[in-house]
Amino acid sequence: MSFSKHKRSTGLVGATAPLLAACEGPQSALDPAGAAADLIARLWWPTLLVATLVTLLVLSLLAVAVLRARRKQTAMPLNARQSRNLVIAGGIILPLAATIPFALSSFSIGRVIDAPLPDDAMTVEVIGKQWWWEVHYLDEAGERIATTANEIHIPVGEPVRFLLKSDNVIHSFWVPNLKGKTDMMPGRTNVTSVTADEPGVYRGQCAEYCGTQHALMAFLLVAEEPEAFDAWLEGQRQPASAPQTQAQVDGQQVFMQAGCAGCHAIRGTSASGDEGPDLTHLASRRTLAGATVPNRTGHLGGWITDPQHVKPGNKMPPSELTPEELTTLLGYLEGLE
Amino acid sequence: MTRERPVAPYAVTDSPEETARLERTWHSPGGLLGWFTHVNQRMIGKRFIITAFCFFLLAGILGILIRLQLAGPEQQLLGPELYNQFFTMHGTVMMFFFAIPVMEGFAIYFVPLMVGTRDMAFPRLNAFGYYVYLIGGIVLFGSLLLSMAPNAGWFNYVPLSSKLYSPGYGVDVWTTMITFIEVSALTAAVELIVTTLRMRAPGMSLNRMPLFVWAALVMSFMIVFAMPAVIVSSTLLILDRLVDTQFFIVESGGEPLLWQHLFWYFGHPEVYIILVPALGMISTIIITFTRRPIYGYTALVLSVVAIGFVSFGLWVHHMFTTGLPQLGMSFFTAASATIAIPSGVQIFCWIASLWGAKIRFATPMLWVLGFFAIFVIGGLTGVMVASIPFDTQVHDTFFLVAHFHYVLIGGAVFPLIGATYYWWPKITDRMMSETAGKWSFWLAFIGFNVTFFPMHQLGLEGMPRRIYTYVEEMGWGDLNLLATIGSLVLAAGFGVTLINAVWSVFRDRRAEPNPWGAPTLEWAADSPPASYNFRHIPMVESRWPLWDWEKAGERAVVTGLRNDRREVVLTSILDAKPVGVQVLPEPTIWPFVSALAASMGFIGIIFHPVFFVIAFFLVAFTLVAWFWPRRPWRDD
Repeated sequence: MSFSKHKRSTGLVGATAPLLAACEGPQSALDPAGAAADLIARLWWPTLLVATLVTLLVLSLLAVAVLRARRKQTAMPLNARQSRNLVIAGGIILPLAATIPFALSSFSIGRVIDAPLPDDAMTVEVIGKQWWWEVHYLDEAGERIATTANEIHIPVGEPVRFLLKSDNVIHSFWVPNLKGKTDMMPGRTNVTSVTADEPGVYRGQCAEYCGTQHALMAFLLVAEEPEAFDAWLEGQRQPASAPQTQAQVDGQQVFMQAGCAGCHAIRGTSASGDEGPDLTHLASRRTLAGATVPNRTGHLGGWITDPQHVKPGNKMPPSELTPEELTTLLGYLEGLE
Repeated sequence: MTRERPVAPYAVTDSPEETARLERTWHSPGGLLGWFTHVNQRMIGKRFIITAFCFFLLAGILGILIRLQLAGPEQQLLGPELYNQFFTMHGTVMMFFFAIPVMEGFAIYFVPLMVGTRDMAFPRLNAFGYYVYLIGGIVLFGSLLLSMAPNAGWFNYVPLSSKLYSPGYGVDVWTTMITFIEVSALTAAVELIVTTLRMRAPGMSLNRMPLFVWAALVMSFMIVFAMPAVIVSSTLLILDRLVDTQFFIVESGGEPLLWQHLFWYFGHPEVYIILVPALGMISTIIITFTRRPIYGYTALVLSVVAIGFVSFGLWVHHMFTTGLPQLGMSFFTAASATIAIPSGVQIFCWIASLWGAKIRFATPMLWVLGFFAIFVIGGLTGVMVASIPFDTQVHDTFFLVAHFHYVLIGGAVFPLIGATYYWWPKITDRMMSETAGKWSFWLAFIGFNVTFFPMHQLGLEGMPRRIYTYVEEMGWGDLNLLATIGSLVLAAGFGVTLINAVWSVFRDRRAEPNPWGAPTLEWAADSPPASYNFRHIPMVESRWPLWDWEKAGERAVVTGLRNDRREVVLTSILDAKPVGVQVLPEPTIWPFVSALAASMGFIGIIFHPVFFVIAFFLVAFTLVAWFWPRRPWRDD
């Protein structure tokens, strides 16, 4: 799996030295690529500075007290007035001086981050599932125009409204490079907005414990130039392309007969299951299984044959296909651009 | 083997026959069956402490296993199912079965000694509370061995913990055992409040009460107001799970957020319930090891009381990402930041007390100094997460894991270990090794920081909590490996103290009655205290009675209590003027039987509701036996 941002030519995060480039990362709150994450990161650095100074101040006072106690033979305590002044300065004035500016700036940042969006902003509906993400693009009337899973594309520079829902347990929608998290509460629709200022592939991950495979419930958020985005969305709106070769026709047969269609939908065919991700444009996605493995033939074959090995406890049952059936099925699925 | 008890200084000479009579009156029966009849506060307190440390050990082992699983990306040591059970159990056991009971245990053992009385107000209730706790803990841990352990987290959010998403018995066990353990906490709290307010030695007015007793009193009031919220929420949940009520079921109009409000209305005070007694321990140790009155007694008391109050207004800061309205949530930002003031006042009172003092750097003091370093960092990250925007980035990440381990281990466990070293000679009449104590401290201090400091960065780099693995490309492997190595060092540090404690019992190094030169009343009792605690109830004239007596060379005591029945002095709430004598009950088996009957109901209800009805009548029956009136014609 690879991530790319315009800042880095090669995207494999594992290749960068983690300690030196610690703040950078496809899922780092301190590597902001959007206005909201940027404001929070800007709040963080001065906060860290003040906190470090306060820690050093308190601990050096303590260290001086202790060292004096080691050196002096006789006790030389503070008198009552000195003690009182120390407690007022350190125990009341210092906390107030440190927390009031912090609280005020966090209120004002909060107002900016949660400012309401223009009514014509693009709206994406994301539904948390166990353990993947269902994504719908809505038109102005609120009708679903395209459905995908585990990979969200947005145009760079435009605020996008996200309607966050769940029809099962609580999940939390989080793309640290762009914005803080918002929970997906069953029975409610939480709204958040995301603006990406720089093109790139960012990783999002579920942040509310949601059961067995909470750990591997991730997605990619692809921010691209508006033209590229429009082309992508137009592609996602289309029904699946018809099988081109005989092998793909056979593969579609396998898909329909092996039970895949019971859970997965492929628009333009009779497959309309809604338990698992919509596979209409499966081949256009970068990853499989909730951004767990890259979308390559080998991984896809392994996932179909033994999904419990890749992501133990997930809800996809293993399939018993002959090697020939698997090959044709893979051929068909890889044609779903 | 007979051995001489070290005699307390300032002992009042007395007739040996009368002392023997008193000893017989307060004696706890021997034998296995006798063990279940004990009601004396020191017996119960010691059991709470030992049992809680056993759970600390077990949950600590789970913590190490969690760290081993996370040491590298995509490791296979624990699967997701086992990992989820382990982190749920680690949190649940540490919070409910270690932290609260161990603090209650120290309070039950030392509050009566520190206020100068012979037992607690309701000794049998005390015993009942212990058995409830013991049975609850055994059942919860037993569920892990039977692969029936809960796996929905220590916070047990609905709907994940509902029957639909958590079938099986795990969450049922969690829910019923939590309710059960809360009952135990409530009994201890009621007990401590009444004992503190009505049984202090004559002359110990509220403003002369030792700071640890103040802390225990605040803790007890917090328990009384916080625990009912979680009892309510877990009762609603168990009803949802067992008899299909719909309190939390969205489809029927239930509300998952209700659980979060109720849980955190308890859950936030909970962390202060753990912290507050530790603050009392720190003051106690600082007073003794600087050998002079602490600066700012009143400010320290008011700070602890203020923390107690404010802690009930913070719960929403656990819910900043749930989509609640911004304006409402910002009040909780302000309230959360307010906690910095009482915490700061305490820290600076302690620094003022340490400044220029002749400090004795024994092991207990070392753990207190370690507390400062860790707690200040934990407190500051606490202020950070009070900010709503910042919290939306670090909530439910390893930044939070780092934060609350800094607060709970640094703020509560370090002082607790220090207090264990401090009071060990009183509990056992042995001294622990100072050398081993210092080794233990430095290993734990370094191990702690190596384990938890890198987690701040992991959280900022986007690593969420409660994940059993992570893919290699995330680049979190190195810091996780470092944290795992640190956790082994930390465990070694605590292990040295465990060995030190066990070793001291077999090593013949007797402690003097007051080895540290402390000013509070528990050190006026024998080591370990006799069954009646004090041969004579002391009179108190200041905050530092033992230092007074040392200076004066004599002391006043209460006389006239009968030696042939369990009599204690009752005093007035504010000024501790003697107002009466209370006769406390004798040892009995009924609290144990009653706890068994109640357990049968709580455990049985998981399998069939009828057990609730059966247990209801059984408990009623045992309570009749428990409260059977004494025969009026017998003059006892």
